[in-house]
Amino acid sequence: MARKKKFSFAAIVAIIFAVIWMLVATFPFLFMAFTSFKQRNELFQSPTIFSLPKSLYLDNYKEILTGNFLIYFRNSVLVCAIGLILLLAASAMASYVFSRLKFKINKIVFAIVIACMAIPIHATLIPVFLLTKEVQLYDNIIGLLGPYIAFNIPVSVFILTGFMKGIPVELEQAADVDGAGKVRTFLEIILPLSMPGLATLAIYNGINMWNEFVYAFVLTSSVKSRTLPLAIWEYQGQYGIDIPMVMTILTLSALPMIIAFVVFQEKLIKGMMAGAVKG
Amino acid sequence: MEVKRQSLESVRRRSTAIVATLFLLPVAFFLIVYIFRSVIYTFKLSTLDWNGVSQSSINIGLGNWKTLIHDATFFTTIKNNIIMVIACLVIQMPIALVLAYLLDWANSRFKFLKSVYFLPLLMSSVALGFLFKQLFDSNYGLAGALMKIFTDSPFNLLANEKTAIWAVIGVISWQFIPFYMIYYFAGLTSISPELFEAAVIDGAKHHQYIFRISLPILSDTIKAATIMCIVGSLKYFDLIYVMTEGGPSGTTELMATYMYKNAFTQMKMGYGSTIAAAMFIIITTISLFTFKMMNMKEEN
Repeated sequence: MARKKKFSFAAIVAIIFAVIWMLVATFPFLFMAFTSFKQRNELFQSPTIFSLPKSLYLDNYKEILTGNFLIYFRNSVLVCAIGLILLLAASAMASYVFSRLKFKINKIVFAIVIACMAIPIHATLIPVFLLTKEVQLYDNIIGLLGPYIAFNIPVSVFILTGFMKGIPVELEQAADVDGAGKVRTFLEIILPLSMPGLATLAIYNGINMWNEFVYAFVLTSSVKSRTLPLAIWEYQGQYGIDIPMVMTILTLSALPMIIAFVVFQEKLIKGMMAGAVKG
Repeated sequence: MEVKRQSLESVRRRSTAIVATLFLLPVAFFLIVYIFRSVIYTFKLSTLDWNGVSQSSINIGLGNWKTLIHDATFFTTIKNNIIMVIACLVIQMPIALVLAYLLDWANSRFKFLKSVYFLPLLMSSVALGFLFKQLFDSNYGLAGALMKIFTDSPFNLLANEKTAIWAVIGVISWQFIPFYMIYYFAGLTSISPELFEAAVIDGAKHHQYIFRISLPILSDTIKAATIMCIVGSLKYFDLIYVMTEGGPSGTTELMATYMYKNAFTQMKMGYGSTIAAAMFIIITTISLFTFKMMNMKEEN
């Protein structure tokens, strides 16, 4: 894209705006990271909040990492991993039906699934809470899987159906001549070719599940089954005004996402873009 | 021969039906159990006077709904939600659009900008809530430091009845602008660069290209973003709950936080469900209405 070579007035305004927004977007993160290396009293004694930590003080990290943090972390990883596998399997199967099989009510069923995107999750909170208690899954990470999967299905099916429609049908016709059944066609042709779409969805839904708060808050009550967003909530109560300690937890809970972002940057942004196109 | 082909056809159709049913089963299970059943059950619960624990619940018919209609707090929450919608439309959307153009323009030279602007999307609302709560602290936060420039007595913006909602809107904007930015950016990158080149060859200035060509192409994206903005703003919960819990004196209370408090803090499952059901009606109606209106505009 060959655009203007020299910087015009508009370009200068744009650059100033770009820099301002860069400061606005990064400052909270820098504050969080720097403060986590400060000692408890350092924050109160330093002249401004902009001052850097005096030394690389790591005791906050030691204290958090030797506490319950790892249990929360494990729970988050488990919920995310199992949730994603089940979500993607269910969505892929449904999307195969919507994108390939011809039967009368195909379009209507698809429309119903997609319409679920408009339903506010808060309208389902109380019934899901009661149901979870009834089936003895309250305060159990398994109980979180149901709502996490259910609420991410509409978007996932929408994106994946679009993706599968883009896969050329010729490959399956060859398989059909071969006498492969629909299940085999799905497993051996469609699923492998859908991997890029599935990866995108894994990232998009992974972020959602990792950060989910309200359901985890309502469906769990103890450390053994709570996820990272609730660790933050609980440590806030425990440490209260020990701000560097709270910032350490925030940094640690955001760290996996930030590492994932550094590693899979392009994929991640693409994932969010695809997620955004849900409309 | 004819008979044979027909039976082959029907076997085929049957196998399609079987595969379709089997393959749709998992999705159907999750949607029916967690979404459809829940929505219906919410309406059923809205007729009860029940604390969620005791075995006995009293059916009071439309009693909760009558209470809701006369509940001034509920109307305050609707008003606050509407303020959120307007703030989203006039603050988030334009800034996001400008940033998206900026990224599109800068993409080849300053690739890192995209990554930096993207960062807020990685944080959970809870983490952001606590982080910004700290930044709003009048003594040790950013807001305090900035206010000291103008006044000797900085105060906590989140704890003040007049400023709390604006402070919250600021944080929500910070969190969601990148989302809409990426959304618009996705729309912009799908516009063929040849269009820009053709416009330049025809003597169009950059701003003419933006207003006459690319914005009209982007109109569908903007419409979809508008719907997301409206519906999303009516659903806010996490951030507000963490930062203010609806306070001070209910000035940042939203429908969702009010519902949560009724159901899970005061254990009024019946009344909480009534608020949830009302939310469902309001949000679904508004999204359908907006959707219709935008499609109508298109036809004219």
